[in-house]
Amino acid sequence: MPKAPRFLGPGSVDVAFEVNGDGVSVHVPPHRTLLDTLRETLGLTGAKRVCDEGHCGACTVLLDGEPVYSCMTLAVACAGHAVETVEGLGKDGVLHPVQEAFIEHDAFQCGFCTPGQIMSCVGLLKRNASPTAEDVLAAVSGNLCRCGAYPNIVSAALSAAKKQGRR
Amino acid sequence: MSIKVVRTKAEVEGRIMEQTALVEGKDLAPWRADSGLAIVGKRHPRVDGIARVTGRAQYTQDLYLPGMLHVRVLRSPYPRALVRRVDASRALAYPGVRGVLHRFNAPKAAFRGEETIFRDEVRFAGDEVAAVAADTEEIAADAIRLIDVDYELLPFVPDLEEAMRDDATRLDEKGNVTESGKLDRGDVKRAFADATTIVEATYRTSTQMHNSLETHGAVARWDGDLLTVWESTQHVFGVRAGLQAALRIPYRDIRVLCDYMGGGFGSKGGAGKYTIVAAIFARQLGRPVRCFLTRDEENLAAGNRSATYQTVKIAARGKRIHAIEHLSWSNSGQGRWVADPTGPTNGLYDIPHLRTRSYKVVTSLGALSAFRAPGYVEGTFALDQAIDELADRMGEDPLALRRRHAARQTDPATGMRYSLKRLLACYDIGAKEIGWQHRTPDGTRGSAPHRRRGLGMASQLWGGSGWPPAYATVHLNPDGTAVLRCGTQDIGTGTRTVLAQLVAEELGIALGDVRVELGDTNSQYAPISAGSLTVSSMGPAVRLAARDARMQLLDAASGLLEVRPTELHVERGAIVSKGRRTPIGEVLGQVENYTVIGKGSRFPNPEGISLKTFGAHFAQVEVDVRTGEVFVEHVVAVHDIGRVINPLTAASQVEGGVIQGLGFVLSEERVIDRPTGRVINGNLESYKIPTIRDVPRITVRFIDDPDTKANNIGAKGLGEPPIIPLPAAIANAVANAIGVRVRTAPITRRRVLEALELRP
Repeated sequence: MPKAPRFLGPGSVDVAFEVNGDGVSVHVPPHRTLLDTLRETLGLTGAKRVCDEGHCGACTVLLDGEPVYSCMTLAVACAGHAVETVEGLGKDGVLHPVQEAFIEHDAFQCGFCTPGQIMSCVGLLKRNASPTAEDVLAAVSGNLCRCGAYPNIVSAALSAAKKQGRR
Repeated sequence: MSIKVVRTKAEVEGRIMEQTALVEGKDLAPWRADSGLAIVGKRHPRVDGIARVTGRAQYTQDLYLPGMLHVRVLRSPYPRALVRRVDASRALAYPGVRGVLHRFNAPKAAFRGEETIFRDEVRFAGDEVAAVAADTEEIAADAIRLIDVDYELLPFVPDLEEAMRDDATRLDEKGNVTESGKLDRGDVKRAFADATTIVEATYRTSTQMHNSLETHGAVARWDGDLLTVWESTQHVFGVRAGLQAALRIPYRDIRVLCDYMGGGFGSKGGAGKYTIVAAIFARQLGRPVRCFLTRDEENLAAGNRSATYQTVKIAARGKRIHAIEHLSWSNSGQGRWVADPTGPTNGLYDIPHLRTRSYKVVTSLGALSAFRAPGYVEGTFALDQAIDELADRMGEDPLALRRRHAARQTDPATGMRYSLKRLLACYDIGAKEIGWQHRTPDGTRGSAPHRRRGLGMASQLWGGSGWPPAYATVHLNPDGTAVLRCGTQDIGTGTRTVLAQLVAEELGIALGDVRVELGDTNSQYAPISAGSLTVSSMGPAVRLAARDARMQLLDAASGLLEVRPTELHVERGAIVSKGRRTPIGEVLGQVENYTVIGKGSRFPNPEGISLKTFGAHFAQVEVDVRTGEVFVEHVVAVHDIGRVINPLTAASQVEGGVIQGLGFVLSEERVIDRPTGRVINGNLESYKIPTIRDVPRITVRFIDDPDTKANNIGAKGLGEPPIIPLPAAIANAVANAIGVRVRTAPITRRRVLEALELRP
């Protein structure tokens, strides 16, 4: 006899996934977004809530290495997957090359879109170690910045790619 | 130190006001161009960079206090209505709801001249009707839909030009239109009669919405009598004053904090209704309360740049501009003030005959608020296009025409001499960088047969002098590191970094040894971070505080090293005596713990001198005449702002201003649904702020000539100047490219195509 499928819900459910290399388990309602789960349940407030409707990219995190809008991703959909946030970049106090380049090139002003911009750039460098300026534009065209730090974001991403290549 | 009363002139939105303030001690001689500064004037990455790139920077939105409740606001769906009855019983019965506030149960709380937060007559779609505090934001959002409200609908006017009509519904007892500014110079009537060329045109600008990425919001917590409010604000002391007025509690019992904040372009100037609501709920319910606007609410009820309707009549006599009549009507919505788009006309060019009038128009829409150079962006869009239109009619080069009226070193608005004005140098640099010599009156062929290329430029005038009061303290620790404590805010402009540079320079320690603590009303007063006045107001006070700390340190070192203070100085973190260096920490380490505390105040501006910033933007565009699309290829931005403290962050600020200006002139336009009076594009998808793909090549240049008459650091403001001339420069470049002029911002494809069809 086939095994009965396991149904979840309709109330809150347990969801286990990986965040910045550590296993986590949260108990969340099925409609709870990954963004709210990161911010309110796990205390990771790097990803920002700006539009909460997939328009701006300030909540960008990596899901299995690919940039996603965490406000458009349900926490339950992350079960068994790996999430990386801006807090997980860099190790032992050493910044990730993208973070370093953002500081060096002054690629932010108020900094509110910055975690999302950085995660989009990190995602780009994961799939393309030597991107062109056009690749950078494509990678961060879904990340809005109201202060207008755009020119420096492009130069920061390109410089980070070079730096990463040398490491 | 003794306290003195000083009087000073302050310029707010082009209006000069007399102010009285207290200062301590005496001012310093200004740093000069040849002062040999080591840290000021150099490129330094932001001192808070690591916090911002690691996600550790804590913004108000990131604050989740234990037991905190969440508020959502029910907003009027109608643009004008009487709130007859509110029944919150269904909402209160909803699990997780802890409280509901509305006009029938909320305590009286004065707010911007009104007695209450929740109006009996709601006056725009988005006006606050009720608020719910609940265990989660989701519950609060569900519960506001369970509040039953009886509205009695009233006639409304959702449009600027409709409100201006004589037969429009009167929204205000005084009428919808009131005069808000006027200036008469010479005799325009006679001047127009004497003129050899006259051009008249009407210009319109659309409502621009701030859309700071962090929406307006606050978190409030009471500990006994003490209210602590964290707020995303440009002015912690303004929030404090708003809370005092609303709640009638003494300053002793209020502390307002803003460490990191996610953007403020003028609209976060004081306490909002969300602040007061959070504080009232927090007191009633005994728990911390958070009230943040959603993106949609942000675009309904958090301010905007007024749409304008402007007419300009401009006349030449011979080779010179002889007279201008500039009339402007601004949509203030339900706001109580209005910016003045005729400001640039009154003060930018030396023109003998002038008549300007500025009118405030009330409509059934959300209140305006200051938005990066309010009035000046809109006004320059009209003025500098009118000058180009006149130049075209005269067969003159528009830059050459401006030069004739830009050289004088006297402020035409006040008759006072400028402290420093390098506008002609801005023209020279900009013209060279853009290749102005290649400009032809009819534009040139673009990169494809259906593309035309054009060059345009415009000038910038703004204040940015700063003024008292502003205070700072520098705390020099026994180990030789220092903490600067002041009540200002870093809204993304790099204030922390620039002020740290000033401390390090004046105190003689390394930049890395300075920490800046700001955004706290437990400090001495600091002004609003707006009006391009943070560096020019705070900077001189910070320098004085660092100097005071240095003098005290030398006194202490003198006693400890047994050398006269005059034979000592501080250099790179060490006390130097007759060539011998002793690290500060070693000197102060000889005694038990002592923190040197240096104090500094901002001294008044000089009497009888006009302090202004100037600049010019040059733009090269291509226009696709089949689609109407405008492609901006290159922008050259040149600014004359006195000393540049940090060329790295200053250039970023200029790029940001240029990009926001591009949004204003090419894509940003609030759309109102006329039948319902509601904002229908209050989101970041259909309201088009520039994306990274919209950014052209931007060349930034500074004159970087210290204004030694302005203040002791020689710096003026930069926040607003770089948005002011950009829209007009683009509009002029578009007109140069296609031979017809689009007089309405934003210059959308539709408007370009409409203009081209009218082409003779």
